[in-house]
Amino acid sequence: MEPLRELEDAYNKFSRDPSFKKELAGLLDDFAGRPTPLYLAANLTRHVGGAKIYLKREDLLHGGAHKINNTLGQALLAKRMGKRRIIAETGAGQHGVATAMACAALGLHAEVYMGSEDMDRQKLNVYRMQMLGAKVHPVESGSKTLKDAINEALRDWVTNVQDTYYLLGSVVGPHPYPTMVRDFQSVIGKEARTQILRQEGRLPKAVVACVGGGSNSIGIFHSFLHDLDVDLYGVEAGGESLSPGQNAAPLVAGREGVLHGMMTYVLQDEVGQVQTTRSISAGLDYPGVGPEHAFLMTAGRAKYVTVSDEGALDAFRSLSQLEGIMPALESAHAISYAMKLAKNLGTMDSIIVNLSGRGDKDVEIIAKHLPQ
Amino acid sequence: MPSTSPNDDRIEAKFRELHSRGEGALIAYLTGGDPDPKSFLANSIALIEGGADIVEVGIPFSDPIADGPVIQASSMRALSQGATPTGILDMIGGLSSQFPVPFVVLSYYNPILAMGLDRFLKKARESGVDGIVVPDLPVEESDEFRNLALKHNIDNIYLAAPNTSRTRLRTVLDRSKGFLYLVSLYGVTGPRDSLSPQALEAIRAVKSMAKGKIPVSAGFGISQPEHVSAVIQSGADGAIVGSALVRIVGNHLDDPSEAETQLKKTVQSLKEATRLGSD
Repeated sequence: MEPLRELEDAYNKFSRDPSFKKELAGLLDDFAGRPTPLYLAANLTRHVGGAKIYLKREDLLHGGAHKINNTLGQALLAKRMGKRRIIAETGAGQHGVATAMACAALGLHAEVYMGSEDMDRQKLNVYRMQMLGAKVHPVESGSKTLKDAINEALRDWVTNVQDTYYLLGSVVGPHPYPTMVRDFQSVIGKEARTQILRQEGRLPKAVVACVGGGSNSIGIFHSFLHDLDVDLYGVEAGGESLSPGQNAAPLVAGREGVLHGMMTYVLQDEVGQVQTTRSISAGLDYPGVGPEHAFLMTAGRAKYVTVSDEGALDAFRSLSQLEGIMPALESAHAISYAMKLAKNLGTMDSIIVNLSGRGDKDVEIIAKHLPQ
Repeated sequence: MPSTSPNDDRIEAKFRELHSRGEGALIAYLTGGDPDPKSFLANSIALIEGGADIVEVGIPFSDPIADGPVIQASSMRALSQGATPTGILDMIGGLSSQFPVPFVVLSYYNPILAMGLDRFLKKARESGVDGIVVPDLPVEESDEFRNLALKHNIDNIYLAAPNTSRTRLRTVLDRSKGFLYLVSLYGVTGPRDSLSPQALEAIRAVKSMAKGKIPVSAGFGISQPEHVSAVIQSGADGAIVGSALVRIVGNHLDDPSEAETQLKKTVQSLKEATRLGSD
């Protein structure tokens, strides 16, 4: 508890500090490449025949995903706290890469825990982390994926708490992480809201984003929470099916539980053992979800749906071939649902999809599934 | 409905009894259902026959974040044999009806939540459980659970770490029943070669704050008789040994009777060390 309290105090202090805010804003603009465009996917819109589909291009950020918004914020915080050793977990490897980049830029030492199964699925990102100077620790325990990497990072943190900062990659874990990571990611929604008002002159009908831990989705939802006419859709990984062990959709297929220091929705069996998950996208492969999403669902403010592996692959192909943009398999889940949604809306309406990452990391997996 | 069987504060009574004999308590841990129900029962009896003063049984969980590789592996073994919280509580019930030793259960919060807090605690009490440790339930979040534990006459045992602030430690001491579980190092469970001087310092500090109102037991990384005597000599009322025993189980999967023999022998020497501490 003490390290969490120390973190909360430090975050409260520095997040209000003008020099911290200025340094972070500078890094986000000049190092990460903010603001990102809000792009009207005209070909996709025509293809679907319905509402205009706008893409919030987080895939264009340095590193290829929204993850850098959070890692720069937290790495800067760690530096202000005087912690030089940074540990992180990673699923698809995007958070690990973004951590390695932020640490290299800020002169910090990064060590990343990654499930050995994920290391096989996302070799490219393992190399990238190593080239950026980070040490990658394979995690062989449990299901050898993201959840186990978090377990291992937490174990490291309690062991080395005095000089180590745990840079969590999503809106999960104990307080203050879900709040802090949301704040760092909320830049996505702030920009998107201003951009859509400028480009369309009015708010969108819906905002759609994929949900694993839920950081890109909470980041884009946050600025629209009080716009009650804007429907918010979180898309979970439907995997093969909604049967136990075949998906990564805790909000749709799980129930209330406690995992990694948070009370939220968890995929679990009847006696409370956490279930293994399955998704074609390693970044969504997590049995829990940020507690704020659980709240938004039960409060009725956001809706949570699933898209299957196959649906994501189809959407990947559509966006690649119609728009010349290869989405990350995670983001392809959101694209798929947005296409379905757009079809049932008028041509004067618009939808924003958070294109949270680019698909280069996934080409090997996709090549296996989409033989030409 | 409050549970019917009285607790009689058996844990604190055990500490008083040992104290009057100049001994510390040896609290011996095994993971419930590891490696299978039958061996677990036999191994528990070996602990008791070896002289364990209190037996601590872990409810295996899929994601034991406070545990090192030894107990992680034992949890996986138990789960793969179909261990459930109810099944383990039933086994404790069988043991507690045969042996007078107090039982403590360690469970992560989610299996308890899945069964329902009240149902879990009622069942635990009926099975003769005297105390409970929930490593991922901080004192700040535990009012509901603590009140239910009180209602069911189960001692709620909280953890304190070397970096726990004095303010928080005061709360933890105030709300703990049975004993305070002092985590004697920065890290997770698992045998270590040596005990850090920091651990002994922490014991002295916590003991002076506890002012004799509640026993203090040290755990995490305590695996050898020398560690046990060192923590008892530093003032701890008890020493908790887990991974060192669970490792014996894991090392003798193909020879369960050898596991029993080794467990009994190891517990005997660990128990002996709680006596050496008194002179």
